[in-house]
Amino acid sequence: MAGQTEVRKTYSEINAKIRKGEAVVVTAEEMIGIVDREGPVGAARKVDVVTTGTFGPMCSSGAFLNFGHSKPKIKVSKAWLNGVSAYAGLAAVDLYIGVTEIPEEDPENKVHPGKFLYGGGHVIEDLIAGKEVRLKAVAYGTDCYPSGEIDTQITLQALNECYLFNPRNAYQNYNCAVNFGNKMLYTYMGGLKPKLGNANYCSAGQLSPLLNDPYYRTIGIGTRIFIGGNMGYVVGPGTQHNPSVKRGENGVVRAPAGTMATYGDLKGMRTEYVRGVSLQGYGTSLALGIGVPIPILDQELARTTGVSDEQIVTQIVDYSTDYPQGIAKSYGEVNYRELKSGKIMIEGKGVKTAALSSYPKAVKIAETLKEWILGGRFFLGEPQETLPSADAGVSFKPLTQR
Amino acid sequence: MVAKKVLLRFSNSLISKPIVYRLVKDYNLAFNILKAQILPDEEGEMVLEIEGDRACYEKGMAFLKDTGVEVLNIDKRIVKDEERCYHCSACTVVCPSGAISIDRETMRVGYDPEQCIVCELCVGTCPPRAMRVEIV
Ligand code: SF4
Ligand code: SF4
Repeated sequence: MAGQTEVRKTYSEINAKIRKGEAVVVTAEEMIGIVDREGPVGAARKVDVVTTGTFGPMCSSGAFLNFGHSKPKIKVSKAWLNGVSAYAGLAAVDLYIGVTEIPEEDPENKVHPGKFLYGGGHVIEDLIAGKEVRLKAVAYGTDCYPSGEIDTQITLQALNECYLFNPRNAYQNYNCAVNFGNKMLYTYMGGLKPKLGNANYCSAGQLSPLLNDPYYRTIGIGTRIFIGGNMGYVVGPGTQHNPSVKRGENGVVRAPAGTMATYGDLKGMRTEYVRGVSLQGYGTSLALGIGVPIPILDQELARTTGVSDEQIVTQIVDYSTDYPQGIAKSYGEVNYRELKSGKIMIEGKGVKTAALSSYPKAVKIAETLKEWILGGRFFLGEPQETLPSADAGVSFKPLTQR
Repeated sequence: MVAKKVLLRFSNSLISKPIVYRLVKDYNLAFNILKAQILPDEEGEMVLEIEGDRACYEKGMAFLKDTGVEVLNIDKRIVKDEERCYHCSACTVVCPSGAISIDRETMRVGYDPEQCIVCELCVGTCPPRAMRVEIV
């Protein structure tokens, strides 16, 4: 890029443009063509914000809620929401409901594959839908909190606070899962038919937030995001954040890598973007929509947000032996354009592909976020600290068992 | 009068014989072929909508079974809850009938009940449980 002037913008300059209704905002899909035509420098001059989106099951999610004090008061020691156990090891009337929690009487995998029709993710969806949720709680009773039990109905509106606080969302890239074995597998990556019957993936590819800012230069604590149809925030690196995986020349990770922890108020979310899901033979989860705006502070960010499906690859991983046994092995690389075509080649065999994530929803999220910003209703949050990047020496360690 | 949807499975040796035609000729039944598939070296499959007098219908089905055709009543149908479907595509690789399709441009997933053979494989596969069995 010799001889070309560098483009530099700040968060406050872009926010000032948003306030005046002058910001140029495009989706990560639209950005591909712009970078192609005008190059990174031209694109960086033209575009201020690129919006991204992703929608899929995000198991490491859950909601904190405070339901207010009963009369007489109670310090809850065990609690259930519609029969699903919520963690009560917090102050008197605070709970955390995790999306993979299932009712104690659920038949699980006793008849394999289990159906897992209702769990924590469904409780969260029901709350957002405005439905009544049955709260049962027990306590041992103290001088200040004498009550021994409550059994009542709650609704989202009547709760004091209820917010998603998700330890790990929006994985930057994910495995393409296959089954080399002889029997059908039921996994968190969906049903995998024997002998390479299908190949399942789970990423929005070119629209995916962390794939558009591969070194997390604009994403970290305080980044304002779209979450579940509401505005929310990134609150730090997610669990298993692993920026040290191998990257392509374009900086894009070639395997599951970065993650982020997120926060968002349930009041204001929409079930369209927050869905309780049942993963047959595996358990329950929550399909969640997340969108991150990426400010184009310089031409490098224009370049990275211009990434397209064929420039993003992932690894083909066997879920019959390798994955469950912790064997790190790849049966080759495949890009997202190939994955979205419906068929890929593995060891000379044509294999049908399916996604667990939703591309149409990812598009809608990126579009919605774009409208919010263009309408002056959403401003960029400058991160106080960005997620640890490739040079941070952070990696994902297996457990040492003694 | 009855109007029923049935799935017929033929073995290889029966494929070449004009069995289904006899339903009209000998049993006075009217039918619509909703789907027919004959796979080389495998069995043939046919989904019919059959209409006629109840007694004739029973006799016609008994005739089919006698000739060695497997007859499955499809008294259920699969409905897609469009509001719950979020267009992932997990169901597209399990559907054996071609009832589920995907538009590769938009990546939206479509469902054609006419082609559905009610195998129910999509029901458990769909994460938000958008595909549901309905008794008709
Ligand atoms: S029940 Fe589902 S999987 Fe089976 S044919 Fe019908 S649409 Fe396809
Ligand atoms: S699996 Fe369910 S949600 Fe996904 S495309 Fe099929 S019907 Fe829609």
